[in-house]
Amino acid sequence: MGMNLTLKVWRQKGPEDKGRMVTYRVEDVSPDMSFLEMLDVLNERLILEGDDPVAFDHDCREGICGMCGMVINGVAHGEQVATTTCQLHMRHFEDNAVITIEPWRAAPFPVVKDLVVDRSAFDRIIQAGGFVSVPAGSAPDAHSVPVKKVDADAAFDAATCIGCGACVAACPNGSASLFTAAKITHLSLLPQGQPERDSRAVAMVEQMDAEGFGGCTNTGECTAVCPKGIPLDTIARMNRDYLRAAK
Amino acid sequence: MAVTGAILVLFLVGHMAGNLKSFFGAETFNAYAEFLRTMGEPILPRRVLLTVVEVVLVAAVVLHMWSAISLARRAGKARPVKYAAKRKSQAGGYATHIMRWGGVTIVLFVVWHLLDLTFGVVNPAGWDGTPYERLAQGFDPSRWWVTLFYVVAVVMVGLHLRHGLWSAFQTLGLASSRSYRPLKAAAAVVSAVLVLGFLAVPVAVMIGVIK
Repeated sequence: MGMNLTLKVWRQKGPEDKGRMVTYRVEDVSPDMSFLEMLDVLNERLILEGDDPVAFDHDCREGICGMCGMVINGVAHGEQVATTTCQLHMRHFEDNAVITIEPWRAAPFPVVKDLVVDRSAFDRIIQAGGFVSVPAGSAPDAHSVPVKKVDADAAFDAATCIGCGACVAACPNGSASLFTAAKITHLSLLPQGQPERDSRAVAMVEQMDAEGFGGCTNTGECTAVCPKGIPLDTIARMNRDYLRAAK
Repeated sequence: MAVTGAILVLFLVGHMAGNLKSFFGAETFNAYAEFLRTMGEPILPRRVLLTVVEVVLVAAVVLHMWSAISLARRAGKARPVKYAAKRKSQAGGYATHIMRWGGVTIVLFVVWHLLDLTFGVVNPAGWDGTPYERLAQGFDPSRWWVTLFYVVAVVMVGLHLRHGLWSAFQTLGLASSRSYRPLKAAAAVVSAVLVLGFLAVPVAVMIGVIK
């Protein structure tokens, strides 16, 4: 038995277009479909009818690439916790539901088309310092460079950030602090990241501000929608590294 | 926000403790008010230390507001196109989302509060009254609306601090995953103590415990 849905989707022809919400009816949706498959069904129909399909970013569709993402009923990636849009299934919606679908809203993430936004600002934050310059070689023998288990775990947790941008979309201030902090944290906890720890924190934070993201006011909205559950203490660590470097 | 906020919280603790002196009678309370003016003597002339404190407080308030306004302006610029759907808070925390309006309420209250109990302009006892007279007559049952405004503002201060206190530790990089629970618990306790301590005095005046 299929579900019938009313979608209110943001349509915008290009970066210069003003854009508007357009209502579509989608019928006979399987509850086992992912949210993106449901949009595929809509798009197949739009193409057959000679309409322009709804553009949205997607790639792996298994929740690890960070390409997909849309604000569903006012929540980045929808209300399902720790889930990317591609892993969100239609069974979590009621039959005859009205679903509002919008792109990430942030000045540093300009809309390219419909639900696709340009997230190059994140790339530039990484380019500013999210790397290790020294050739670290192949994996060293275990125990040759001891790393505390708690540090290894925290670094790994931070490194699971897929850079989808949901943190920015959910933040009332449009801040990219969680993303930047995750990248700073995963390097600043490991031995390879130590030589550039201070300069990295300063460069990445300054690039984040230069891109026009807002400031963090510790609302915690970012970590609540993060599909990877990046914790808020990464931001405390970023602030600590930044203040330490600025001294 | 964090540093100026910390200064203001320390002030609030002292202010609340001072207010509670009113329970020990007019003489103790007025003597305490006089002490505030003479503290630092004889090394410093009368009222010098108090003026220094006042200048620091005004600077803290101004810088705190300046930080808040620049954060709000940056936030506005970072999201020029708003969401069509009402954004649902996923993190919860009512206190977190009323920080800015709470701040505006508190500022308006502080203006009234100074005109009322410091300068006596809108107080029945006036400028010439003793601090205790201004207190007792200001919160007289016939001026119930003043007390109501006071209660609303103090509750707002409490909500402001519930987020602000732990948030300051986060901003300064002093928080960690292990300290969130104790920090948030401490923020709730300190806020509650301050609210109760500040409300005790006007309520006591209203029900006649302080005359």
